[in-house]
Amino acid sequence: MAQKKESASDPESKSSAPRSNHEPAAKTKAAAKSVERVTAVEMGARQREISVSEFFTKNRHLLGFDNPRKALLTCVKEAVDNALDACEEAGILPDVTVKLEVASNGEPVAPSQASRFRVTVTDNGPGIVRQQIPRIFAKLLYGSKFHRLRMSRGQQGIGISAAGMYGQLTTGKPVKIISRIGPKAAAHFFEVQIDTKKNEPLVHENKQIDWEQPRGTQVTLEVEGKYQKGRASVDEWLEQTSIANPHVRLIYHTPEKETKEYPRTYHELPPQPREIKPHPYGIEFGMLLKMLQDTKSHSVSGLLATDFCRVSPQMADEICKAAKVSPDAKPRELKGPVAETLYKTLQETKIMAPPTNCISPIGEKAILSGLYKQIKGEFYTAVSRPPAVYRGNPFIIEAGLAYGNRPGDHNKPQQPAMPKAEGEHEEEDSELARVIRYANRVPLLYQQSACSTFKAVLSTSWKNYGLTQSRGALPGGPMVIFVHMASVWVPFTSESKEAIADYDEIQKEITLALRECGRRLGLFIRRRERAASEFRRRNIFELYIEEVVDACNRLKGGTLPKEKLKAQLQKIAATRTGGQKTDQALGKTSTGPEGLPHSIIVTAEGVEGETELATRVEADQATAAPMAESDLLDSTRSVDGPALKGESTKGTGVKTSPKRTTTKSEQIALVAGRPGAKKKSDGKSLKPMKAPGPRKPK
Amino acid sequence: MTTKTKKTTVVEKKLISLADIVIHAADRSKDPMFQIPIRALSNVFFNEKKGLIEMGSKKQERSFFNVGMAKRFMQTVLVADALSELQRADLTTSLREIYYRTKHTIKDSHENTFDAQDESDPVIEDLEVSLATLREELHVSAENRGSIVGPVVFGDDGDRVDCSKLGKGGYSVPSIVEPEYLEIRRCTADFVLLVEKGTQWNRLSEDKFWRRYNCILLTGNGQPPRGVRRLACRLHEEHRLPVYVLVDNDPWGYYIYSVVKQGSINLAFESQRMAIPKAKFVGLSSADPERYELPRNVGIKLNEKDIARAKELLNYQWFQKPAWQVEIKRMLASGLKYELDALANKDFQYLTKKYLPRKLKEKDWLD
Ligand SMILES: Nc1ncnc2c1ncn2[C@@H]1O[C@H](COP(=O)(O)OP(=O)(O)OP(=O)(O)O)[C@@H](O)[C@H]1O
Ligand SMILES: [Mg+2]
Repeated sequence: MAQKKESASDPESKSSAPRSNHEPAAKTKAAAKSVERVTAVEMGARQREISVSEFFTKNRHLLGFDNPRKALLTCVKEAVDNALDACEEAGILPDVTVKLEVASNGEPVAPSQASRFRVTVTDNGPGIVRQQIPRIFAKLLYGSKFHRLRMSRGQQGIGISAAGMYGQLTTGKPVKIISRIGPKAAAHFFEVQIDTKKNEPLVHENKQIDWEQPRGTQVTLEVEGKYQKGRASVDEWLEQTSIANPHVRLIYHTPEKETKEYPRTYHELPPQPREIKPHPYGIEFGMLLKMLQDTKSHSVSGLLATDFCRVSPQMADEICKAAKVSPDAKPRELKGPVAETLYKTLQETKIMAPPTNCISPIGEKAILSGLYKQIKGEFYTAVSRPPAVYRGNPFIIEAGLAYGNRPGDHNKPQQPAMPKAEGEHEEEDSELARVIRYANRVPLLYQQSACSTFKAVLSTSWKNYGLTQSRGALPGGPMVIFVHMASVWVPFTSESKEAIADYDEIQKEITLALRECGRRLGLFIRRRERAASEFRRRNIFELYIEEVVDACNRLKGGTLPKEKLKAQLQKIAATRTGGQKTDQALGKTSTGPEGLPHSIIVTAEGVEGETELATRVEADQATAAPMAESDLLDSTRSVDGPALKGESTKGTGVKTSPKRTTTKSEQIALVAGRPGAKKKSDGKSLKPMKAPGPRKPK
Repeated sequence: MTTKTKKTTVVEKKLISLADIVIHAADRSKDPMFQIPIRALSNVFFNEKKGLIEMGSKKQERSFFNVGMAKRFMQTVLVADALSELQRADLTTSLREIYYRTKHTIKDSHENTFDAQDESDPVIEDLEVSLATLREELHVSAENRGSIVGPVVFGDDGDRVDCSKLGKGGYSVPSIVEPEYLEIRRCTADFVLLVEKGTQWNRLSEDKFWRRYNCILLTGNGQPPRGVRRLACRLHEEHRLPVYVLVDNDPWGYYIYSVVKQGSINLAFESQRMAIPKAKFVGLSSADPERYELPRNVGIKLNEKDIARAKELLNYQWFQKPAWQVEIKRMLASGLKYELDALANKDFQYLTKKYLPRKLKEKDWLD
């Protein structure tokens, strides 16, 4: 730490100021009286207000800045969350660009070695009015979302200013903001820092500038950080963000100077969530006391009817009667046991659940499109539960699954059938499913095992749905499990918003959603197994016929009309394995995944289910901009042509799908490799999902 | 190497008939099917008059267009092909080599025709029984696992083998001992002593027991292989030599004796050529520990498997003689089994000098 402070080049850095102000004083006092008892007076002299900013300076882990790698992610996350919140609230389809650059003074450093980064997030949102900019970015607990009950990514009004403060603390650099509220308005440039003692903004720079964007906001933070790909990385977070937010177009410039684009595949904004009043079940006694003091109503029944949701004037009167309070009583005069009775009565009265238009689920279609876009699989399904309530807060649980290896993917390495030695068996897949968790559309990457969603996944009996699962473990198999909780107030286990707390109601909803997904997956797996076993049956005969004919021919001294015998046996085989019927079981003649709503099935022949959705995703991806050259090199999965001999299917984690999401190049390769659309009997156009062929130059 | 002009053997004709079954069925759009006699306790019976285990007439059908049997069917044809190749080339080979010869990966798949030898061995036995052909006739040999010493002279590939002049190691019994392969030129012995264990055979051979009692010492190191059983049978039939069997006192020992005497369940159809219904059980009997004063501490406690096996033996038709019921029940009652080696507790040469001489003198054996 000390070393870093010295190296901070900005002489005006305020980061060390608050420390040097109070630390020596505290030390001298403590040293002088170290052995003596402290009197109340002396203690009193030391008692003073702690500013929030000071508190968080010392407790930055509470906000997700515990280590450089996580801190870098948190900065990106806070800025992107805000960008998306703002766009959606303003009714704008979000275009967000994230740029990570190594910030070195002098010599260039490799991204993996660098310890300082510049994070720039640009959105096409509504912009921020000039006067608000300093406080938004340099005052903790300042925001527009805390005081209302409405679903949004941000809740507390800490996010972006904490990120700014973290940057200020670790690099001494101010936060730079450009914002513009419309094409006719000027773009304002700001450089701000926090006075950590007063929790007030210090403005370093404020001017009008030329900006190419007609509207939007750009935030630049310079922070200490560490860039490392893989689990819980910035890359993973953005990728998962794109899955749950298919209505967002996201461009990511990595520190390695690659550009990844996550195209918009869903062209509707999520419905605007409405703001709601608190529900009587959602408040605690203290809160009621406060409401009694603060209300504008002149009567208790008036307060009940206007300050809460779902309480009609008539019901308000009934509640008053039941609580033995005069409906006309002055709220401010209600105290002690009377207020307590009122509170109890409120909790005991049967009141309709809160309205749920305050939350906007992602929706089954959008989840499908997100999963289908980013994860290669054979089967996709999504479930949005009806709204439910915990502690008076409405919420919606959504779950999804992406399962299997896309046909093209596992056919490839199978080609060079290696003869097996005695005792050798087909390698078994020991891969476990992966859980991706979201709260209000924001991916949660840390504290998985503390999260209610994860616990629900573990406690679901996946064995019932044809998967393997050891006790208390994730199910086995190539699968991604998607769980989303949308709520006006997501109950996180801590301020850093990493895990969803365990409420029975929440747990129950997640379980129900997962079960429905599992049920559909089970149907799919069973259907596929049935087809596979028929296929195997016919295959067995096909395989052995060749052997039997050859052996018979040798027994007969090589004089046998081989082809005739083979044809005869094959004919018998076909009639014995049910001929036409088998074709049906194999899915060759069937139409759509019956009994599998909101699902996509990808087979070697094409896509079933929400075909339109799938084809649209592909069309979108096909028209997306070309990617940087380095991106192509990075893509290990799709662009290699015929399978390499002896190449192992394991080893590189990249290959096993649906583990990694596709990068831009893979998506294009996927489309380019398709030899043209096939028509299905029902007229729906189908695009066969063939193994990605060689990439065509664009 | 033989040439093509060689005439098709009977065995080869039988093997080719399998191909004909396939071809005929295919012509009639029928599922090709082989009839294979069942090789299990359920399909053997004890012919009391002959004193042999004989195979019944129950057959199982092995058809091609049945998912459960398709592979076995294919394997059967493959093995038949390999066996006919042996006939044409006039070669003899081992079970293991047949396995390797027929093993390959099926075209366009990961699947092997055979994954392990325990898949091809039973197919060979199936063919033996269904074609009523001895394994020797199929030119398939087992391991050479057996030794012989004593006053007998063989002709083996033109060589004269005098088993009384081969030191204490004796002659290693070939796996095929049919007259075409092994000629018994001269035999002056009075009886054959078939010993279960190589160690005891060594003891007797070293002590020149065979010279004193003018007998042939034979061992198969455990369950005697076909060559040893067949040789004992030939000596018994062609030279009228009584055969005495000396085994450990445990259910396994009884069973070895019964296989020598009546034949095995698995290959009951070969009993005719292998079994020696007049073979006698000299020991170790469950009565011996008392009679020969073997201390209890050289016994071994019967385990659960032993007890179950002994009870099974009690039910076999060929163990119904009262003396045998007594014999087995006595072992069960004592709860102990004894190895031949335990006799060494009294003296290293107890077997040669005391035990066998007394047994033979007292004619103390079971039939
Ligand atoms: N890119 C942006 N465009 C428009 N308004 C923004 C933008 N970023 C932030 N804001 C405004 O600034 C406020 C403060 O943001 P901040 O991230 O500090 O808190 P928050 O998002 O309300 O809650 P949380 O602490 O949970 O992130 C927001 O409530 C929003 O009104
Ligand atoms: Mg925020």
